[in-house]
Amino acid sequence: MARLSIEHLRKSYGDLTVVDDVTIDIADGEFLVLLGPSGCGKTTTLRMVAGFVPPSSGKLSIGERNVTALPPWKRNCGLVFQSYALFPHMTVAENVAFGLEMRKVAQAERSMRVAEALRLVQLTGFDGRYPRQLSGGQQQRVALARALAMEPDVLLLDEPLSNLDAKLRQEVRVEIRDLQRKLGLTTIMVTHDQEEALTMADRLVVMEKGQVRQIGTQRELYEKPADRFVAGFIGRSAFLDGEIAGNGRFRTKGGLDIACAAATGMGSATLALRPERIAVGGEAQGCPNHYEAKVEHASYLGALLDIHVSLSEHDRMLLQIPNRAGVAEPKPGETITIGWAQDAGLVYPREA
Amino acid sequence: MSAAARPSFGRLALNGAACLSLGFILLPLIFVTWLAFFRQEIPSFPPEGYSLKWFSAAASNKPFIDGFILSLQVGVLATLIGLALGVPASLALVRHRITLGPAVNTLLLLPLVMPGIVLGTALYVFQIETEIATGLPVLGSLGGLIAAHTLVVIPWVVRLVTASLTGFDRTIEEAAQNLGAGPLTTFWRVTLPSIRPGIVAAGLFGFVTSFGNLEMSLFLVGPGRTTLPIAILQYLEWKIDPTVAAASLIQIVLIAVAMVVTDRYVKLSRVV
Repeated sequence: MARLSIEHLRKSYGDLTVVDDVTIDIADGEFLVLLGPSGCGKTTTLRMVAGFVPPSSGKLSIGERNVTALPPWKRNCGLVFQSYALFPHMTVAENVAFGLEMRKVAQAERSMRVAEALRLVQLTGFDGRYPRQLSGGQQQRVALARALAMEPDVLLLDEPLSNLDAKLRQEVRVEIRDLQRKLGLTTIMVTHDQEEALTMADRLVVMEKGQVRQIGTQRELYEKPADRFVAGFIGRSAFLDGEIAGNGRFRTKGGLDIACAAATGMGSATLALRPERIAVGGEAQGCPNHYEAKVEHASYLGALLDIHVSLSEHDRMLLQIPNRAGVAEPKPGETITIGWAQDAGLVYPREA
Repeated sequence: MSAAARPSFGRLALNGAACLSLGFILLPLIFVTWLAFFRQEIPSFPPEGYSLKWFSAAASNKPFIDGFILSLQVGVLATLIGLALGVPASLALVRHRITLGPAVNTLLLLPLVMPGIVLGTALYVFQIETEIATGLPVLGSLGGLIAAHTLVVIPWVVRLVTASLTGFDRTIEEAAQNLGAGPLTTFWRVTLPSIRPGIVAAGLFGFVTSFGNLEMSLFLVGPGRTTLPIAILQYLEWKIDPTVAAASLIQIVLIAVAMVVTDRYVKLSRVV
């Protein structure tokens, strides 16, 4: 195992830049998740680390080794493919042994390590089966065992759970995470599934349009999103467009005056509020910011109620209230009081 | 009565048409088989009796035996050369953007649709011209015959192997490289085994095409060098006794056995 550093990595196809100046340091044994909408460059970044896509510029190092120019077969990165990519004509044991065979590991040690890898993924006894005789979840484990058996410096996971059904996904998530911790594997996982990313990662990298928007822990990303995109992508946010009207004051397009600790500087801006930090009814009366809002639409989501309200002709927002006993679902057209604390909102420069 | 219990008219018509076509295909085979066991020398119906003597006649007929050995030689060598040329060609056509790729593909498939007589005439003229130009004995030589047969094997190889490659998931090649295999090892250990059914089928069909080729070979064989189909044709010019039927039946059985044996290892129905 080793640390991995990605420095100023860039990939362009003609005029199209798909990965733009990505710099990430991954500590030894860290589980890092690349998260972003499809087409954000996360998979291309992973494929550059694996060596399948030559970077246009930038540097990749594993430990002290500069691997930027190395072909895939000399990188020692174990990659688990989204489609698993098991060799259909080889048995489970042959699949897992393939990496060891390429490294010319002696027969006796090879079978020992294959058995060990299969034990780790709880597939002992499946040695002689062919991939087509296995379920999706089992194939996924074989792919993982195959990557682990060669003792890679870095483990790469390309949306490894996306082909599993929801229940299995929950289990495998925990299994992979436990295994990764136990073996102390430096790991990069790519996913577009936010929940998956949040439950598995030590740190997350949010990417969009080829760029890193923010790197941080779950808490950092949720509490202090670096920009409007992250605020909207990690969890949900209610956005109010307007401008900064002096220190600590924000004025919405619709003319509402909001006390907001994060408002500093000048110019047009967007105020982002987490829907669950907005109080309703009596609780709201005590907040420094409280307003009469007209309910436009309410959705019942089980544990939560999603309520879309309008504060003025130009100011609409989303809030969430927990579904406690006795809480009635507000009806469209009803007027309710909503409010939030001075430090509840974050302010971002307005994006074009 | 439910609709499922009573077969619809369309269903019956389809089954009927299928049986008719199958009969049309099988009828000649059935007659050849039957004929091979007739006792009388001039085939006529009904048979006067049955006998196995034509099989021993076919097996001891020198032109047939020599023809069989030559056809086998030519078929095997043409198939091997056809595979050695056709597999890399298919790889290049499917994997790389080649200038005029579709044109090259069509060109490689062309011998399959070209009438044998036309192909034979063209090759005959070409080989004569080559002989005049180089002074080497080309026409009527074993090499010339094998080269021509390679030409009719290649379309089968290109067609079946490109089909296998098109449906091939390249991420397993990436997986092999990720596990430490270089390009050559990846090809031998992962790519080749995955397209093996296509290659085996191509070899089988290429061989059968070469083995049964008559029209083209007629132009290219030399004195004392006669393939089995030509030997059979020559025999038929003088006699019409069931020896020919017996020889044909032996061929049919050999090819059927080859197909059944091949099918045990690769499912031909999946590739063709």
